[in-house]
Amino acid sequence: MITAEALHVRFGAVHAVRGVSLRVDPGESFGLVGESGSGKSTVLRALAGLTPVSEGRLVIDGQDLARGRDRAFFRKVQMVFQDPYGSLHPRQTIDRILAEPLLVHGLPEARIARALEEVALSPALRYRFPHQLSGGQRQRVAIARALIADPSVLLLDEPTSALDVSVQAEVLNLLADIRAARQLTFILVSHNLPVVAHLCGRIAVMQGGQIVETLDEASLRAGIASHPHTRELIALSRDLEGA
Amino acid sequence: MTTRAWLLSDTPASRRQAVWGRRYQGWLALKRNPLAVAGLVIVLLMLAMAAAAPILATHDPGAQNLANRLQPPSAAHWFGTDELGRDVWSRVLFGGRLTLGMVVAVVALVAPIGLILGAVAGYAGGWLDRVLMRVTDVFLAFPRLILALAFVAAMKPGVESAVIAIALTAWPPYARLARAETLMVRNADYIAAVRLTGASGARIVLRHVLPMCLGSLVVRVTLDMSSIILTAAGLGFLGLGAQPPLAEWGTMIATGRRFILEQWWVPLVPGVAIFLISLAFNLLGDGLRDVLDPKQR
Amino acid sequence: MSQPLVTIDDLHVDFPGRNGWQPAVRGVSLNLGREKLAIVGESGSGKSVTGRALMRLLPPAARVRAAALRFDGIDVLNAPERRMRDLRGGRIGLILQDPKYALNPVMTAGQQIAEALRAHQRIGRREAAERAITLLEQVQIRDPGRVARAYPHELSGGMGQRVMIAMMLAPGPDLLIADEPTSALDASVQAEILRLLDELVEQRGMALILISHDLPLVSRFCDKVVVMVGGRVVEQLAARDLAQASHPYTRGLLDCLPSLTHPRARLPVLTRDPAWFA
Repeated sequence: MITAEALHVRFGAVHAVRGVSLRVDPGESFGLVGESGSGKSTVLRALAGLTPVSEGRLVIDGQDLARGRDRAFFRKVQMVFQDPYGSLHPRQTIDRILAEPLLVHGLPEARIARALEEVALSPALRYRFPHQLSGGQRQRVAIARALIADPSVLLLDEPTSALDVSVQAEVLNLLADIRAARQLTFILVSHNLPVVAHLCGRIAVMQGGQIVETLDEASLRAGIASHPHTRELIALSRDLEGA
Repeated sequence: MTTRAWLLSDTPASRRQAVWGRRYQGWLALKRNPLAVAGLVIVLLMLAMAAAAPILATHDPGAQNLANRLQPPSAAHWFGTDELGRDVWSRVLFGGRLTLGMVVAVVALVAPIGLILGAVAGYAGGWLDRVLMRVTDVFLAFPRLILALAFVAAMKPGVESAVIAIALTAWPPYARLARAETLMVRNADYIAAVRLTGASGARIVLRHVLPMCLGSLVVRVTLDMSSIILTAAGLGFLGLGAQPPLAEWGTMIATGRRFILEQWWVPLVPGVAIFLISLAFNLLGDGLRDVLDPKQR
Repeated sequence: MSQPLVTIDDLHVDFPGRNGWQPAVRGVSLNLGREKLAIVGESGSGKSVTGRALMRLLPPAARVRAAALRFDGIDVLNAPERRMRDLRGGRIGLILQDPKYALNPVMTAGQQIAEALRAHQRIGRREAAERAITLLEQVQIRDPGRVARAYPHELSGGMGQRVMIAMMLAPGPDLLIADEPTSALDASVQAEILRLLDELVEQRGMALILISHDLPLVSRFCDKVVVMVGGRVVEQLAARDLAQASHPYTRGLLDCLPSLTHPRARLPVLTRDPAWFA
């Protein structure tokens, strides 16, 4: 479904991503973990086309992205951002925010009501502004917007790290349900190992712009890791859980 | 259900209801701000008076009566007469038509041009940004009146030329402002999210970036009103704007300046008119900015 | 315990809203000696407002009422503003979430610490600069000379937070209030910063109020945990007894976290009892 080969991203003199290669199969849920500055979010933004790629090849669903992204790409691939306060237009109502992808792709507006229902938001919120909603409700709106044009790939950039822990649980459950119902392919970026382990089957650990290790959920949970950075991250998470 | 309840419903049933509800709430918010209401009332009143000038005027604004020059305010001439014996009250009314018309025309030309140029430059970045901003800088580098003078001199003197000349000199600050606001929002996640819908650049700029620039633009426009009137006056004074015997507030002050100590009413009346309209636009603009931002409500 | 350092008795804070006063804190009472207290709650629980009320740092429109609000015998509610200025930054230090916004971008780290020193003590410029370096050493910065000359944007998040702590330690406060001091940081740096705070508080015999949404994390570094929801304290317990927490909200908070070692297909969702907010 998604292939990246020797991906490099440079911002001026900063070499943020240094040769990342990865493969994600259709329907798979793939996690990218690492500390801030490891380049994990940059990889995701490069996939979405929000950050230009300096070198390397990106292929999504057989489409080589070097030739640019057409409208069909944006129907296939959608993204949910970390900060639900920043990812919704402050001057637009929820209705308008959800209508935008429909207008662009020429889809019926009846989908708005359905999308709100899918993310368990009350229809009463439809004509509210983002600042009138709680953090969890806003992230649900962001998820509804990502889903409204029926994508097959969802890129998730720390979707719960700006939320309260109880809201995080609700959003994680929602994402799991949606993935099961729609057979979506996920790429989840997070610094939180338990969150990634909860949603993802395969996990790549990034450090200094490179993937240092890729392992499956069971190995991550069991602590079977070969790279010292992975082991360090696992130890830290376990330490906090008091295990 | 009353109209008011329908408008103020917490859970509108349709988009139309939501839009009208929002407009009504905006109106209610504006009404809660007494200064903005005062501004609105003055603006509407002055526009109405200018429109009804032929009915309200007591004399022909162009009729000279040299025997009656520089008369103080009286029952016959409410605001006195000027140096050619013309009735100041009637001239202020008819002058309002011209002055307000010019201001409105300039703003209607300048605000969209500046806004779009600035937002496009800011959003596109790269060479387009550099080219547009250098052009803007060239215009900004000249003193406003001198640039306007050059333009009018190239065309034929008159009100239309004055409007175009002032518009040509007034847009750069708006472009700068719109560009600065655009730079602040262009990297926001909500713009990135719109890009991810596959929307075109034009759509993003027009529907998502421009609304964020409107608030500061409205304030800037209202602050600019008086300076536009004064530039028009400057052009008129030099014989390049409104041509005599047409009445125009700026020109009236310019010619009446000589009498400010003895016959103070000649320059004072149009001066008060300019002051009032500028102040009213300012108050209204401040109120509008708050109404335009849903967070302020 | 003789006299507690901080006494909060029946604190109420309201903010003016569209429809009258909106309560943010509704009757919080707690005592603090020279110990480490965690105030835990989610957004809107009133935890930060409580901390700020103690420093009288709330916006003037807020209405603060309490049977008692005392810091070391000083009546914070009625103390003159001059007295409060000595307290703030002098005897009570406040560490905020993001050092990026809390540090002055046009002053070097060293200058800012020196300024904090000179604001509360009569010392010379040179001496202040030297003491700033010593303070940076105390917050375990390896190359204090370099960091002192660096501007905030040249520092990493963790380093910035250390500078912030050094600045707050400068006047030798009795109480440190840390409002989500690590939520902008990476997990590894988070633990380091909390450990550092822990050591400094022990060494200097200070009191610490740690305000956070992360219950498991703070309970490892504090003696006492206060759980707030809807502007009220719902549970107060010793940190080591956290596993025996009885209130459903506290239980829910602990339960809804995904765990690395104990996988679950679905996360239990916290059900909010309307009575907590009534």
